Amino acid sequence: MDRVSAHLPEAVAERYVDRAGGAWSVIHAQHLPKVVAYLKNDPELNFKLFVSIDAVDRLHLAENDPRFEVVYFLYSLTRHEHVRLKVRVTESNPEVPSLVPLFKGANWWERLTYDFYGIKFVGHPDLRRILLYDEFQGHPLRKDYALRDRQPLIPERPIKDIFRGPGTSGLS
Amino acid sequence: MSDPSKHPQPAVPNPDTDAYAHESELEAHLQTKRMYINMGPSHPAMHGTVRMKVELEGETIVKADPEIGFLHRGFQKSCENVTWTQCLPYTDRLNYNSAMMNNFGFLNAVEKLIGLEIPERARFIRVIASELHRMHDHLTCVGATALELGGFAPFLYSIEGRELIMDRVTELTGARLTTSYGRVGGLNRDLPEGWIPKTIKSLDKIQELLVEVEGLLMKNRIFVDRMKGTGILSAEDALDFGYTGPCLRASGVDYDIRKARPYWVYDQLDFDVPVGEHGDNYDRYIMRLEELKQSDRIIRQALQKLPAGPIIVDDWRIALPPKPEVYGTIEGVMSHFKLVMEGIPVPPGEVYDSTEASNGELGWYLVSDGGGRPYKVHVRAPGFPILSAIPHIIEGKMLADLIPTFDMINMIGGEVEQ
Repeated sequence: MDRVSAHLPEAVAERYVDRAGGAWSVIHAQHLPKVVAYLKNDPELNFKLFVSIDAVDRLHLAENDPRFEVVYFLYSLTRHEHVRLKVRVTESNPEVPSLVPLFKGANWWERLTYDFYGIKFVGHPDLRRILLYDEFQGHPLRKDYALRDRQPLIPERPIKDIFRGPGTSGLS
Repeated sequence: MSDPSKHPQPAVPNPDTDAYAHESELEAHLQTKRMYINMGPSHPAMHGTVRMKVELEGETIVKADPEIGFLHRGFQKSCENVTWTQCLPYTDRLNYNSAMMNNFGFLNAVEKLIGLEIPERARFIRVIASELHRMHDHLTCVGATALELGGFAPFLYSIEGRELIMDRVTELTGARLTTSYGRVGGLNRDLPEGWIPKTIKSLDKIQELLVEVEGLLMKNRIFVDRMKGTGILSAEDALDFGYTGPCLRASGVDYDIRKARPYWVYDQLDFDVPVGEHGDNYDRYIMRLEELKQSDRIIRQALQKLPAGPIIVDDWRIALPPKPEVYGTIEGVMSHFKLVMEGIPVPPGEVYDSTEASNGELGWYLVSDGGGRPYKVHVRAPGFPILSAIPHIIEGKMLADLIPTFDMINMIGGEVEQ
């Protein structure tokens, strides 16, 4: 990450090391494609293996502004190390540039993150839900989505002796 | 004899709908429109809930769109609402062919987050159990592929080998399929008496069975023709899509986490990593056969080197205290109560850790807020990126190639659906 900071100083917002010794960088959303392209194409860095994307809803954490954190993992086969990037986005404008032009594998992970957290990836060729059906309301992995909320496509038949437990929003 | 006056025919026949329009050409009438077919969710070649929407031009696939389907257990949401230890049964069900690898992978990440070293013996047993389950997974994959390409005998032989492993796993853990064998800081229990010689005997038998399976498949014209040169993916594309494990190595990239960043005791054991050349289905199949032999080597060495000692850390903040202590001392009761009711207090922070599961890199990104429950559990399941590349591999190829390709990626519904 030292090289990224030196090469693109305006892109890196924050850097820190986690408890296990892994290095994290927070990147400004608009610079993300530039940073990833640099990591991938620089012959010495060579972060060519696309690992994954996910998001964290920081609603209940001590530090929760802005609300969402999109996390990216890449791996370098020559250096044998992971690089972890984070992009922070607000609840009112959850938009991140898409990485599909750089990595084909980003396609499904971005769809997954969109499906679960409602984060929009600008420039994604086919941004639609991947695991849930199109009529589904809301994004189930957000922390304010009730644990046992149910949205059946076909009305469920009432079952007398079933207790669904706490956590339902009362919607269904 | 048909009377033309009773069945009037239009002056200009429509070549798409009127079969007699082509009679003069002395050939069967072919449908010229594009055809859409749904493979799955209950097609025998599609595993579990997967549905493939395929657009066909003759027998060539123009477009394929895999739909993962609804096997929902809500893995992440469920884990975020139970204690760290209670996540274990959920991790078992990610890949039900190699439950212990998922177990141990998750535990490894949690231990890294706590900063915990597990005892030597526990590390050895984790390696042995993981490799047993790797063999279990590969045997299932190879056997099922043979079956779907028409070979029933190899399927029976591989399932016989798999059953032997299942028996050993049952003796070890008490369960056949979903074991929940690991614990934070070590393992649930030690090896049962007489388990080591039995395991070695089972391994010998599996090697014999593998010779049969190889003999039946490698010289089978139908099998080889359908596997060789189909489902090709270049090394560059494989990396781009995030392939790992046997599928990546078949494309010629030498990446195995056990060698690249050794964990547990892999650095003390001697084994090779097979690497393919062509990136086709046949290479993926060879990778799995080779890995079966390497796993056998690893298990035999680890069983020989297995040291004596405890199998779980002696720390009552993390591992449950021994029963006499629980019944006899107030500290034991308190520790037991707190671990069961509140869970293990994992310090706040985050970690990413990965292990080499049977299908590739199994990564865990965990966030803890300091409580007994995980705040965020992200699993980077190897099957998800592998499945996402299927349209790229199969478009422009024949419909029949879809079956071996889909088999050899060894898609597991539980981990793809999160």
